[in-house]
Amino acid sequence: MHIPDGYLSPSTCAVLYGTAIPIWYMAFARVKRLLNTRLVPLLAVVSAFCFVIMMFNVPLPGGTTGHAVGVGAATVVLGPWASMLSVSIALLIQAVFFGDGGITTLGANCFNMAIVGSIVAQVVYRAIARRTAVTSPRRALAAGLAGYAAINVAALFAACELGIQPLLFKDASGTPLYAPYALHIAIPAMMLGHLTFAGLAELFVSGGVVAYLQRANPVLLGQKSSVATEPTVRPPAASSGWRTTRPLWIRLALLMLLTPLGILAAGTAWGEWGTRDFADPQMRQQITAASGDIAPPAREPQGLARLSALWSAPFPQYAPPFVRRPAFGYVMSAVFGSGLILGCFLLIAWMAGERPDSRTSP
Amino acid sequence: MTSERKNSRGVVERSLASFVAALEHAFHARELAEQRGLLQSVDPRIKIVAILPLIVIAALARRLWVIAVLFLVAIVIAMLSQVPLATLTKRVWLGVFAFTGFISLPALFLVPGQTIYTLPLPGWTVSTQGLRAATYLIMRAETAATFSVLLVLCTPWSSLLKALRVLRLPVVLVVILGMTYRYIFLLLRNAQDMFTSRKSRMVGRLDGPEQRRAATACAGVLMSKTLQLSGDVYMAMRSRGFQGEVYLLDEFRTGWLDWIVLTACMTIAALAFWFGR
Repeated sequence: MHIPDGYLSPSTCAVLYGTAIPIWYMAFARVKRLLNTRLVPLLAVVSAFCFVIMMFNVPLPGGTTGHAVGVGAATVVLGPWASMLSVSIALLIQAVFFGDGGITTLGANCFNMAIVGSIVAQVVYRAIARRTAVTSPRRALAAGLAGYAAINVAALFAACELGIQPLLFKDASGTPLYAPYALHIAIPAMMLGHLTFAGLAELFVSGGVVAYLQRANPVLLGQKSSVATEPTVRPPAASSGWRTTRPLWIRLALLMLLTPLGILAAGTAWGEWGTRDFADPQMRQQITAASGDIAPPAREPQGLARLSALWSAPFPQYAPPFVRRPAFGYVMSAVFGSGLILGCFLLIAWMAGERPDSRTSP
Repeated sequence: MTSERKNSRGVVERSLASFVAALEHAFHARELAEQRGLLQSVDPRIKIVAILPLIVIAALARRLWVIAVLFLVAIVIAMLSQVPLATLTKRVWLGVFAFTGFISLPALFLVPGQTIYTLPLPGWTVSTQGLRAATYLIMRAETAATFSVLLVLCTPWSSLLKALRVLRLPVVLVVILGMTYRYIFLLLRNAQDMFTSRKSRMVGRLDGPEQRRAATACAGVLMSKTLQLSGDVYMAMRSRGFQGEVYLLDEFRTGWLDWIVLTACMTIAALAFWFGR
């Protein structure tokens, strides 16, 4: 899964570096806030551990062996933010010093394995381990499955990055300039190896390390702050109650009430045309005027016609069919949409264990 | 029976071989970095600024001959830097060719295009576009890997890390990278000792689950030792007055050779960019 140089176009690499850099920054800020002066030695030594663990040969069923990344074990013991940084540093040293993975593709490799891997491992571990005792076998199972899921989702991301190359980057003769396999080949080829061998290696290492620590050193699993003697700083979200968030809720309600202002806007949003708009003469005039006097095609594009049938919105044009007044429809859509987003975040927070009573246990 | 014996012998020994290979690689790189060659004489900051564009241009170029010229430039730099071509062949070219060649082989048949050859027995057709796609992939991977290996082999790791400041890497990250590199060898030695002691106590063959338990227990012990070590290192740093601030001694100085090398590499990169569009 370590993508070498030359497999991804520089623009893909730049996008993935651009995505990874703010996440690294955020992770660094969070870990520094938690660890303070312990940051430097802890990250250095744990990164070295991640590097060494990548060199372990793990025996797998069927008589073969595989290598693990260690992202599952690192996430369970250190938490996702420190894990992201440690695995990224290990990958950097692997790429620069040992040539395993490219320099231009380092952002992509770190994004896939360190960032996506740590997030997936954390979510899966929290979802399965829940609030079981530190020494519960369920935790070892959760860690194993977290590692397995993390490495497979990371592989899926890598496969997608490789699979879009021939779609986007070809020369005049149609020759793919970078990874030559499209998504329908890249995804099965990548996932086959990871769902079987590489995923199992990660499963055994993550589950095995946690099972070992349960027996030998359970304190490492019981307290995330066992690696930090300084008192941990509660994140702002932890102290959020009605009093602190009241201004935000009031602003959100005001914005919901103001949503019908959109009705006052004339014309159509550029690029948000439907299939019917191409046949409507009035809409065609608006599209032409909005596109620098370039007339749209006589018929709707085939891809648009095909894909527009895939999903029908429950509230088309922000106006549910049972509501007669458009302004009320807008407000209702805003309430529904905001509620949906809040619900999603509450679900993610619940899965990640962000509850006041579970904050001290992983 | 044979495969069972091979497997039971392999797990501990393969891990040991990986550790030894890493230590050997580091030792060899240090030896090369101390030789008197072109790249060894250049300021590490200039080296990074000069070599990185060549790697990026090798990835950007849309013409095979441009990538081939860049590859030749890498060979010339290697020869001027006293890096034996046999070392590059063994450590880079063969490995990259085997890996990327294996990956790109199906592209010969899977990429649609003008047919240039049909395999007699299965009737698979090789397309011009497939052949070019595979060549692109191999050439890019070989060229980029050669440049990056040259950069690393011809620069002591500590200097290379300090030079990364030229890319605006935060000081604290450079310090962490330096410490990581140092502790990799300590942990590698620890892991090697664990596997060696395990091997010395083995009189029979372990079955699969038993081997897995041994490997994961070693990983668990290493994790415990790592966290213990981080605490010890922290206490050692605190006792020497560490308060969270890190500093680097920047002793680099540029000379006329640095600017000549930088100008030459930049010119090659610009020409490769122009002709490779």
